Amino acid sequence: MANEETSFAVDNGRRKFLNWFLGTSAGAFLISVTYPLSRYLIPPEIEESTAGTVTLSIKPNDVKANSGQIFRFGSQPAILIKDTNGELKAFSAVCTHLACIVQYRSDINQIWCACHNGHFDLNGRNVEGPPPKPLEQYVVNVRADQIVVNKRG
Amino acid sequence: MDNESPKHGKLWLWLDERVGLSDFAKLAKKKEVPLHRHTFWYYFGGMTLFLFGIQVGTGILLLLYYRPSAGEAFESIQFIMTEVQFGWLVRSIHSWSANLMILAMFIHLFSALLHHAYRRPREMTWLSGGGLLGLSLGFGFTGYLLPWNELAFFATRVGTEIPGVLPVIGPFMRRLLRGGNDVTGATLTRFYGIHVAILPAIVTIVLGLHLFLVQKHGMSRPPSVEGGAEGKRSMPFFPNFFLRDLVGWLCALGVLAALAAYFPAELGKKADLFQPAPIGIKPEWYFMAMFQTLKILPSHILGIEGELLGVLGFGLLGAILIAMPFLDRGRALGKTSSRFATGFGLLLIVYAITLTYLGYTMSPTK
Repeated sequence: MANEETSFAVDNGRRKFLNWFLGTSAGAFLISVTYPLSRYLIPPEIEESTAGTVTLSIKPNDVKANSGQIFRFGSQPAILIKDTNGELKAFSAVCTHLACIVQYRSDINQIWCACHNGHFDLNGRNVEGPPPKPLEQYVVNVRADQIVVNKRG
Repeated sequence: MDNESPKHGKLWLWLDERVGLSDFAKLAKKKEVPLHRHTFWYYFGGMTLFLFGIQVGTGILLLLYYRPSAGEAFESIQFIMTEVQFGWLVRSIHSWSANLMILAMFIHLFSALLHHAYRRPREMTWLSGGGLLGLSLGFGFTGYLLPWNELAFFATRVGTEIPGVLPVIGPFMRRLLRGGNDVTGATLTRFYGIHVAILPAIVTIVLGLHLFLVQKHGMSRPPSVEGGAEGKRSMPFFPNFFLRDLVGWLCALGVLAALAAYFPAELGKKADLFQPAPIGIKPEWYFMAMFQTLKILPSHILGIEGELLGVLGFGLLGAILIAMPFLDRGRALGKTSSRFATGFGLLLIVYAITLTYLGYTMSPTK
């Protein structure tokens, strides 16, 4: 015991060093395992189509008044509507509430989300139910016999 | 060991020497189940475990034919339902047993809550049970997408959007869950991995802990019967209680078979990423109260988006429920029952039943 007492300071220093060494090694090991693991779990960024314009395959005259249909705008769903006056309109079809895909209801002339009963008017404004924001509106141009939809701005 | 030799055959003795069977026998002999007017509620933990076993068994069988990709998932389940012999039965039992398991689990949870079983020294049993509930809801949510039908697609779009409304971490959480920015085939593959590998691995550990703690502490005697004449009575677990358990399991199996035969699981229409959500879309019944709440909440409450408030509200209720052993000070004050825990439990039950009822009865287009 007496011997140990005298060499206490040295031992303590050595112990401290070993603890530090083991601690940092364990820490480094943990990081070298968890870092690649967590990076692996995060899905890689895939380039999304940022096309600001889309030409639809449907002809303007084939769209019935007071009806709506979903079309692809890049990787996202969008909705084309012909109102009762025959005017074509297009919006993002992703509900601003919880991302369901909306539809046109000819009985109330509104865009409607079946999931949580959200209503939008034909300017995309959220007029009833839980959606907190309006739908993004696109610009519709009819060129010759084609419908071309553009993002605004 | 010698005194037991006349009772047991050579095989038992051979195994006992090598595996220590008599240790298990001693353990089984020691386990007692308290006997009082609320004993009935003890059956629901074992019932949940039994239905979980059914899930593991039928889940493994489904794995043999299921293909986890957007192009093949729906078709492979169609194949299971129409071509594979008894495929419809296996899938229907898996689907029904999932529902009954969640139901049994909720009954188990609320009986433990209302009988104040979470109090010292069973706090960890309660917490691990809470973890198992979360994991089971995770099983339900991820499994729901696997048929890759219309309902599944929208349920997953909404369900993964819910953590997405949280500030700061929301978008990251949504991406992590979906395996990308949208619900696509990548989400299906990810949910499959979570459903058949990640959750089972975690459940094995948490369930092991939960069962160990139940063995360690024994079943909790409700404070209301602790002092009275019923306070001391008990029944041996093996074989008395276990045989009663078995009867319950046999009944559950009968109910499952009947449900699966008369109401086989539906498949619906294949998911189309460019079709509007179908009219009358609904989640599984155990998410109905939350779904209906999100439907009723207005777009803004005091300037905050309604759905954010809703999601934070659910989080708060869940946190209070999980933290109940630490919030309920009734016992510390020497009371037999805690008004807070009982009130909270009853409120939660009334709320869930009311909103679920509204969810099923309100017109889908109004």
